[in-house]
Amino acid sequence: MSSLPTTIASESFAPLGARRLLLLGGIGLIIVGMIVGDIFAVFILHQNASRVGASLAGAAHAALAGDAAAARSHFQDVGAFLENRGTKVDTHVHMIDFGYLALLLAILEPWIAFSPAAKRRIAWLFLLGAWLLPIGVFLIHYVGLAHSPFQSIGWASVFADFGGFLILVALLSFLAGLWKHFRAPHRQLQKDQLMTSCVAATPVLLSGGVVLIVLGFLSGAWYAGFDLYNHEAQDFTNLSEMTSAAASNDATTVDRALNEYGQLQGDKAVKIAAHAHAIEFGLLAMMLAFFQPYVALSEVWRRRWATILLLGSLMLPICVFLELRYGLVAGGLADVGGLLVILALFAMWIGILRYTGHLDAGGTEFRQETRA
Amino acid sequence: MSFARHMLIVGGIALALWGMAYGLWYAVFAEHQALDGIGASLSTSFASAAERRPEGAHAALGQYRETKYVYDRQVDVHSHWIGLAMILIVLGIALDRVIFAERIKLALSLAAFLGAVFFPLGVLLQTVDRGSTPGSIAVVGSALLIIALIGFAFGFVRTRLRPDARAN
Repeated sequence: MSSLPTTIASESFAPLGARRLLLLGGIGLIIVGMIVGDIFAVFILHQNASRVGASLAGAAHAALAGDAAAARSHFQDVGAFLENRGTKVDTHVHMIDFGYLALLLAILEPWIAFSPAAKRRIAWLFLLGAWLLPIGVFLIHYVGLAHSPFQSIGWASVFADFGGFLILVALLSFLAGLWKHFRAPHRQLQKDQLMTSCVAATPVLLSGGVVLIVLGFLSGAWYAGFDLYNHEAQDFTNLSEMTSAAASNDATTVDRALNEYGQLQGDKAVKIAAHAHAIEFGLLAMMLAFFQPYVALSEVWRRRWATILLLGSLMLPICVFLELRYGLVAGGLADVGGLLVILALFAMWIGILRYTGHLDAGGTEFRQETRA
Repeated sequence: MSFARHMLIVGGIALALWGMAYGLWYAVFAEHQALDGIGASLSTSFASAAERRPEGAHAALGQYRETKYVYDRQVDVHSHWIGLAMILIVLGIALDRVIFAERIKLALSLAAFLGAVFFPLGVLLQTVDRGSTPGSIAVVGSALLIIALIGFAFGFVRTRLRPDARAN
């Protein structure tokens, strides 16, 4: 039997305290953001990418047929498809990034020199903005300019911007609290054993997270060193071939260049996605490491979920990287990797929820039921 | 608070603010112009091809290449500065769990901080100077980061081996 670190649950981890709100809200945002990203990827993004490709092909064939007006109109279609895609990707990315920010703020919470009530209000403000912005961004494509008093900005954009404003206010307030703490002549750091508490999953996630970040950096360095300039040159060559061949009425070359251009975009997308996801998951693992003492599960299960999170975090970028070579098999395995991360996150979220429940019910006497 | 931790946390926050301010400036004054430029040059290029004017198409594509080269790097710089700032802050918070002597932790922190500042700066400088200097700055910056992170990873792994750092 090992006791949970009940003393770290200072006033900041009280019911509806700032740290509890930011921690549970942050993990919730990341889980929802990942699920939303999966749904978009399966049902919207790939189809949208095909439509963008089809519009480019349409423009190339219009140029081949000598129809300049049609070529220009195809590029307008590309703009609309890109807006649809952009708002979906932004929704997914902003939810996850705000989740990361919430976790970071939860870690820094004891260093913010405000009263618990003030910190709680700022945390609510942050979470409100963190949900409002992505939902507003998601609705931009569907709401458009309906009933808007503005010429080019719709209501969805207005609400998204308002969400961003709330986040900005909350972040500036937290920053002011940090500044106040560092400027205080006699700093009184709130007692926070979370920074020193260590369970078995903590170093697993910390070291695993850094290793993931290093792998992400190495893949990025490889891409910058060996692929980036080739891709940029290839991009120009393919487009140049398309327009030259269209001008000289050479349909075969246009189609070949279109095909090569599509493959190039795919190659670029998977390499950049693998690089970015490895680093993001690494950072997530590192931040979750601090909160492992809050996860009210047995030591064995805490370690298992940490390992599953790292396994999924490694599987997803590697399989995304291999998608072009191994197609659907690699894509399916990448989805399994994402699912493992979501499951592990959900398990940790439940564990933290259990901890808060026990804490609220039993005060400081709560002891964890560990099964060796 | 040790100097290394102070550098990572305060430096990370400053870098994040710098990256956000740069992003704000970029979004307001440069991004839309760049995207419009990319779209317009592509559209002009294909329309010129339709009008059987290959030289016009080629010139418009040249403009597309230039605008996109700058656009890609400016966007990357913004996201990299903020992302690296977050890594610096988390490393700063976790510094007590790195089992190395203080001077090694200081050296690793300095390398990580300098790398986080100079790697994106080198990339940004590539938009104004196509010579080898900006590229070299970016390469040295990224090398510093990778070396520092490998060092931190070893430091975290060693936490597991210390009996006094195990479960409470």
